[in-house]
Amino acid sequence: MSQEIYQRIRGNPKFQALVSKRNTFSVIMIILILIAYYGYILLIAFDKALLATKLSAGGVTSIGIPMGLGVILFTIILTWVYVRRANTEFDAEADVIVKESQQ
Amino acid sequence: MKSIKLSHAAAALALAGAAGLASAAGGDLGQTQQQATNWTAITMFVIFVAVTLWITKWAAAKTKTAADFYTAGGGITGFQNGLAIAGDYMSAASFLGISGLVFGSGFDGLIFSIGWLVGWPVITFLMAERLRNLGKFTFADVASYRFAQGPLRSFAATGTLVVVAFYLIAQMVGAGQLIKVLFGLEYMYAVILVGLIMLMYVLFGGMTATTWVQIIKAVMLLAGASFMALAVLFQFGFSPEALFAKAVEVHAKHDDIMAPGGLIKDPISALSVGLALMFGTAGLPHILMRFFTVPNAKEARKSVAWATTWIGYFYILTFIIGFGAIVMLTQDPGSYYVDGDLAKGLKGGGNMAAVHLANAVGGNMFLGFISAVAFATILAVVAGLTLSGASAVSHDLYASVWRHGNVDSATELRVSKITTIGLGIVAVLLGIIFEKQNVAFMVMLAFSVACSANFPVLFMSVLWKNCTTRGAVAGGTVGLILSVGLTIVSPGVWEAALGNPKGSAWFPYASPSIFSMSAAFIVIWLVSLMDNSEQAQKERALYADQLIRSETGVGAAAASSH
Repeated sequence: MSQEIYQRIRGNPKFQALVSKRNTFSVIMIILILIAYYGYILLIAFDKALLATKLSAGGVTSIGIPMGLGVILFTIILTWVYVRRANTEFDAEADVIVKESQQ
Repeated sequence: MKSIKLSHAAAALALAGAAGLASAAGGDLGQTQQQATNWTAITMFVIFVAVTLWITKWAAAKTKTAADFYTAGGGITGFQNGLAIAGDYMSAASFLGISGLVFGSGFDGLIFSIGWLVGWPVITFLMAERLRNLGKFTFADVASYRFAQGPLRSFAATGTLVVVAFYLIAQMVGAGQLIKVLFGLEYMYAVILVGLIMLMYVLFGGMTATTWVQIIKAVMLLAGASFMALAVLFQFGFSPEALFAKAVEVHAKHDDIMAPGGLIKDPISALSVGLALMFGTAGLPHILMRFFTVPNAKEARKSVAWATTWIGYFYILTFIIGFGAIVMLTQDPGSYYVDGDLAKGLKGGGNMAAVHLANAVGGNMFLGFISAVAFATILAVVAGLTLSGASAVSHDLYASVWRHGNVDSATELRVSKITTIGLGIVAVLLGIIFEKQNVAFMVMLAFSVACSANFPVLFMSVLWKNCTTRGAVAGGTVGLILSVGLTIVSPGVWEAALGNPKGSAWFPYASPSIFSMSAAFIVIWLVSLMDNSEQAQKERALYADQLIRSETGVGAAAASSH
């Protein structure tokens, strides 16, 4: 039973399209998080002074603090963006593919 | 007075210490000193235990099969599981350690906490749904999906047990040190108490009880930390600038707490530690196991999104708490500092910043609450670790490797319970053996092994068609041996823990991951490519079906029905 469904899904071009679309999306998201995190770490490693720059003259808050909080928020948002799209668009397409294979 | 510090909280700071920043940890490594008995904290903790044991009784009635025991029958929702994952991850080390690091050096604490968060998107984008679709009880189910069960599961179980053992040591020793400062009780009490209560949760309530203990603890910790952060911000009219300005004024390092300090010294160590945190999270067996407790891939994805949200929110809170402690504790040195002298540091060590702040903003009752939460945190994490270790032995080694899957659910359940008792005893013994040891590096070591052994095998088996059993086992083993070996000869262990002379460490970096993880991937790749056996051909052919199941969920294990 399962084997037959697998056989039909394998032959369905929509399945290949879904896999490559999801993979592309995952790779883009991973690259974004790598850039955000390692960008921040390398900035600290190579240019500490930049992060210590004050946000406003006379203030104490340095640029590094909103940037760091930004990385945390960016991480959370990116995760939700992926989950939203996977739970709606990708899952709907997968459902169609599975249904077609059961006919 | 001897300077004191929580070994456990120090675990969180292993990264900091190893990266050349031991001073920023806010105290020196060593043993904690027993404080006066705190009855409020003990009462709060007893209430927590009573409630959780009552839940365990309820869960026990629902735990009848092996599936119930390992995965709560797959009936946990994404939101609940997200909280439970956050509970697994927000250890006493991150709460006390990170707020202590912020208290000691400000900005560096923020850098540190970000590292602990960025592993979650990796799990979301690569792992969550595939784990749920391919696996049943353990991550070995996923990694061995199309491979020879014997070798692959033996390797995965070894990887699991090694990670669990290092993590357990850090937790048990941490529990012993914490109970001395927080409750004013003996080290030994803590270790035995944690062992016994944890056994009751896991043995009787399995994954259902463990999950609810994590959820309750996560809610208590988030609520307590939110209250503290709000109380701090309230004092400054909700202006972070005003809070920072006051902190800069009163902190011994003044404006330096607003800039990166010594946390990141050499870029190789920074990258390597970053890799361990980022990809190690995706190789922690007790975290991966949580993805099998939800009914489907949709809920699995929601779990990580919620977990990431709560953990990120929690790190923002610890940052505010750390700054709040800088400002508020210096206003009353007599109560919080050794001999009332700012130069002598906090009573109980720098990692007590959050605990003292609890007293400053909420009085003795709230102090008791936060102390009880900190201790409950360890209990919950130990329960999750034990369950994960037990499943590796009973499901992977016993049922799959030894009995080739020919075992009924009742027998498998009995074996997991016997293993759980065994692991409980081992955990207590480890806690006693390592009492006087410097265990600061243990959590970091667990992450290094997870990212160098478990993660590459899982990643390649799921995502690379040409991966074979031989490749996966060879590469994973290389990663495991290298990550443990290089950690032993790194400065954090060779010099700091084993007491060899400074500069004698053979491996100069803070974390082996950049080398051990790359080696694992390269060996998996090379050995798989060279593997032209009949078995290898079969395994490659099976990839097409594995891909379909991992992408669509067709044939995935369903939630068990009662």
